[in-house]
Amino acid sequence: MNIHEYQAKDVFRKYNVSVPRGYVATSVKEAVEHAKHLGGSVWVVKAQIHAGGRGLAGGVKLARSLDEVAVHAGDILGMTLVTHQTGPKGKKVHKVYIEEGAQIAKEFYLSILLDRALELPVMMTSTEGGMDIELVAKNTPEKIIKTTIDPAIGFQGFHGRKLAFGLGLPKEDIGKFVNFASALYRAYIENDAEMVEINPLIQTKHGDFLALDGKMGFDDNAIPLRHPQIEEMRDFSEEEPSETEAKKYGLSYVKLDGSVGCMVNGAGLAMATMDIIKHEGGEPANFLDVGGGANPQTVAKGFEIILKDPNVKSIFVNIFGGIVRCDRIANGILEATKLVDVNIPVIVRLDGTNAKEASEILKNANISNVITAFDLSDGAKKAVLASLETNV
Amino acid sequence: MSILVDKNTKVIVQGFTGKEGTFHAEQCLAYGTKIVGGVTPNKGGQEHLGLPVFNTVQEAINATGATVSMIFVPPAFVADAIMEASDAGIELAVVITEGAPVQDIMHAKAYANKCNMKIIGPNCPGIITAQESKIGIMPGSVFKKGCVGLISKSGTLTYEGANQVCKEGYGISTAIGIGGDPIIGLSYKELLPLFEQDEQTKAVVIIGEIGGDLEIQAAKFIKENFTKPVIAFIAGQTAPKGKRMGHAGAIVSGSAGTADEKMKALEEAGVHVVKSPADIGKKVAEVLK
Repeated sequence: MNIHEYQAKDVFRKYNVSVPRGYVATSVKEAVEHAKHLGGSVWVVKAQIHAGGRGLAGGVKLARSLDEVAVHAGDILGMTLVTHQTGPKGKKVHKVYIEEGAQIAKEFYLSILLDRALELPVMMTSTEGGMDIELVAKNTPEKIIKTTIDPAIGFQGFHGRKLAFGLGLPKEDIGKFVNFASALYRAYIENDAEMVEINPLIQTKHGDFLALDGKMGFDDNAIPLRHPQIEEMRDFSEEEPSETEAKKYGLSYVKLDGSVGCMVNGAGLAMATMDIIKHEGGEPANFLDVGGGANPQTVAKGFEIILKDPNVKSIFVNIFGGIVRCDRIANGILEATKLVDVNIPVIVRLDGTNAKEASEILKNANISNVITAFDLSDGAKKAVLASLETNV
Repeated sequence: MSILVDKNTKVIVQGFTGKEGTFHAEQCLAYGTKIVGGVTPNKGGQEHLGLPVFNTVQEAINATGATVSMIFVPPAFVADAIMEASDAGIELAVVITEGAPVQDIMHAKAYANKCNMKIIGPNCPGIITAQESKIGIMPGSVFKKGCVGLISKSGTLTYEGANQVCKEGYGISTAIGIGGDPIIGLSYKELLPLFEQDEQTKAVVIIGEIGGDLEIQAAKFIKENFTKPVIAFIAGQTAPKGKRMGHAGAIVSGSAGTADEKMKALEEAGVHVVKSPADIGKKVAEVLK
């Protein structure tokens, strides 16, 4: 789960991670009021979407008067930002963040994320603030300084000093940096974040460190268990509506651009099903894991969600029955076709426990657009073929 | 021969009296697994499925001599359960629970390492030594005894792979679903050496997926140390970047963790990589012929 910059900065404030003052607005009027309230003569108007690269796309503007705040807020609110992280369709801006201008002396990069190979959080910093950090890592890896932090001992002074000296900071700044990094670690660990990134982290002319940007992502398993205040920050307008809908019913769905809809039990098999569709010359329309407890209701919901996508020309139901018996799934499919109007070819491959009984059930039901397949490869071939034929 | 578990392995179930624990313990007992009891705090002294229930793992071990624990405890408490098993001297914890917070598993795994306890999972189907011991939630009937070891991040793909291998007339020695979370217990590189030493195992199937670098570590290990043939499939070749595909760990971050990268590394290590998940069984047959 991701949150907006203004929300990340709210979390930062709670942990004494210094940020510029700012307020979020949903209208031009509100934006100007916030600017007035902040005072000063320079403000930054920032589009709030869950993606990086906003500046380059025109989603971050400097305003030197209240009129300019109004103009920029008017331009940005409602615009669709296309950045390297949004995909070609872009993301519509519903909120802007109005922030006081900061006097930047130096820019840095600072982040914490899980190093999956070491199985520990790693804190990373660089003098190359404001740049695309993946490019820095690729082209000048020596400019990235890292330290892993064992949660059993927590963030110690030496972690911070390792990074601060690595950045080549003068001795009067070492302590300030260590304190900043320590506060950020607490914000990360105490909220079950999976990543926190500040790019750029700036140093003002007075030598203070300040998070000019803020990004946080959280462990989806931990949030519902123990962070209701983070759960409340979820912005459903940032999520694909069909994916949110699927989640409510215990389905895991990811929309893609192809024409073969997929309904599968198990995440690995669901990915493999997408792969085999591609392998057979088709394009998968989605990832859909109906989970271990597939029943008529979840199967029906799955059909409904898949069919909402107008690109879908055929559906491949690929179930390997384990504890869930295939005959129950076959009945589920029949029930589902009564609940939802499925008018495109449905190719069904059921294997594993009670697969024979299942194929009898489907055969006897004799529904013209339900086609059985005898194995994975046969099913994929038939589904791809059906998607091409209905295209014509 | 087999790896980690066999028909003599004594197993307890943590979360024994819960719905999932009860259902799957019954299935395991029916398969022939030597389940000797279970643990549910505050229910010690009761009997469940004809077996004793204990309040603590320590009591269960003292009374039964169990060395393996199968864990069905809900996600909020699963780290506690794993650490209790470690502390009590369990040798292998098979953690079925899905949805455990990453930080919790980080702590639990570190403590398990300190206590020399191995972990399989979390968020996994478990481990099965065909026709001897099933410690998990897989459909036992799919796994016929044979000479192929199997290691997979995914549950249903484990069954799919095993089914294909058996349909080709071969069978499974031991199959392990290692789980799809960002931090897991035993992975390919810890399990491969066990298969290397297992006389029953003649070849190993690896089923991986996008995210992380466990398959890359496996490739390195295979290149340097593994002498038996390995057949591999990586799921998620068509997965978009930055999207989590069902499993918490199945995500391509930036340019790292792609299926292509993993397939390439495995191929370079001499592994027989199949592009289609339907070709796993055929490739095993071809290699073992």
